[in-house]
Amino acid sequence: MAELESVGAPLAASVPAPASSVPAATIPSRHFLLVRVTHWITTFCFLALLVTGTEIVISHPRFYWGETGNVLTTPLFKLHIPSSRALVPSGYGYVLPDQNGWSRYLHFQSAWIVVLTGLLYVLYAFFTGHLRKNLLPAKSDLSLRAFWTAIAKNLRFRRPPAAEAWSYNLLQRLAYLFVIFVLFPLVIWTGLAMSPAFVSAFPVAVNSLGGQQSARTLHFFVSLALVLFLLVHVAMVFLAGFWSRTRAMITGRAATTTPTEHP
Amino acid sequence: MNNLSRRKLIGTGLAATAGAAGLGVAARLAQKYGLVPPDHGGIFGLGETLTYASQRLLTSHSLAREFSHSQISKPPLANEMAPLPDVFKRLQAGGFADWRLSIDGLVDRPASFSLAQLKSYPSRSHITMIQCEEGWSYIAEWIGVPLHHVLDAVGVQPHARYVVYFSIDKYWWDSIDMADAAHPQTFLAYGMNGDELPVGNGGPLRMRVPRQLGYKNVKFITHLTVTDSLKRFGKGLGSASPESGYAWYAGI
Repeated sequence: MAELESVGAPLAASVPAPASSVPAATIPSRHFLLVRVTHWITTFCFLALLVTGTEIVISHPRFYWGETGNVLTTPLFKLHIPSSRALVPSGYGYVLPDQNGWSRYLHFQSAWIVVLTGLLYVLYAFFTGHLRKNLLPAKSDLSLRAFWTAIAKNLRFRRPPAAEAWSYNLLQRLAYLFVIFVLFPLVIWTGLAMSPAFVSAFPVAVNSLGGQQSARTLHFFVSLALVLFLLVHVAMVFLAGFWSRTRAMITGRAATTTPTEHP
Repeated sequence: MNNLSRRKLIGTGLAATAGAAGLGVAARLAQKYGLVPPDHGGIFGLGETLTYASQRLLTSHSLAREFSHSQISKPPLANEMAPLPDVFKRLQAGGFADWRLSIDGLVDRPASFSLAQLKSYPSRSHITMIQCEEGWSYIAEWIGVPLHHVLDAVGVQPHARYVVYFSIDKYWWDSIDMADAAHPQTFLAYGMNGDELPVGNGGPLRMRVPRQLGYKNVKFITHLTVTDSLKRFGKGLGSASPESGYAWYAGI
């Protein structure tokens, strides 16, 4: 475990030094192996969930509030897209092909994999100090002023200094914490609240949301919030240097040769 | 190879062996306790098995949510349907007086019931939601005979594991495990909202499985077979749904 304890301010001594003289090999890991692996599993699962979720929505692009909703009831809102079912009055003169079967199979399989991966990550984050060291903001950053400074800094859209490649900044930490501990639990909850068998055992999961159709509508909005996070996340990676940051998340190697002291 | 990497290699090897052995044991236990769905093969088998096994461990005896009379959807929605076969239209013209439900397979007394005979059993009702996998739903009062009453009447044999049910439309058939078949809310439904079950909603006889999605609630039921294996039915995937790409277990 020794060499894995070093995300923020890695100690040179904890890194196994190979006999070869390849300089890159002496650079410590930017991201732990487990963080990298869970990151990419989550990425692939999320993309699969997004594509299949969209496909499922296309079969009934209308959203409701309360327990029930169908083409005979008034929707809360509807998406102005064609549907894969003739039953839905979409306003388009054609019906898209039905791809719901494999979409549903893949949606639930990806959900299982991402939930188990997420659990592994959260357990790891709690028990290795990853959460405390790399995700929770430093005490000195917990002020409104630090928060505004961070926002102002980000709004300048300048490439962050090399030193920042070694730790998450305040806004990153808050965004990641929100995704991990608010959006993911919400999307799982609202998803389970749509399952007729699950709510037979745990009716409070759906009753507390105002009904099964409310759960479906909320599931849609939480998914949109996750997509928004993904877009900002990818935009920030581009801003910081797409290849170096992506390589760091794949191989663990950061672009800079020496990590500077992390507060 | 230095010490650290050798230790790592041995450790990884042991972990992989233990993992594989653990998975093997888990698979055998799951098979033994009926936690593996018939459509467990193929690339989506992992997700389906995890879903079905979890539901069976968590929700075998739980009751579907029931609603109040004021929550009944008005008007009830009748989904779009494939054209009905001529044999259905002939029976409909006769007021369904000649409609029969036959039951065979692993039962002591194979039998055939008329609707009148089914209605002579104690009638039960529940106000539950029917949820389509597409996303829409409605609530209705469902009236019928609990499936387990009918199964008790014909005497289900102890090694029975599934009830397969067939629509008069021969391309539409499905099956449920004994946990759902013996469930008190699983009905052979012949009435809706205080009236006869409309043809648009599956009348004269529909399988009503409120803990699963709409497509498991097959309309126009004429035949039930009790079995210990689904291998002999269709492609062996448990119902017509997986054959057209939809999961066998729809309790999700």
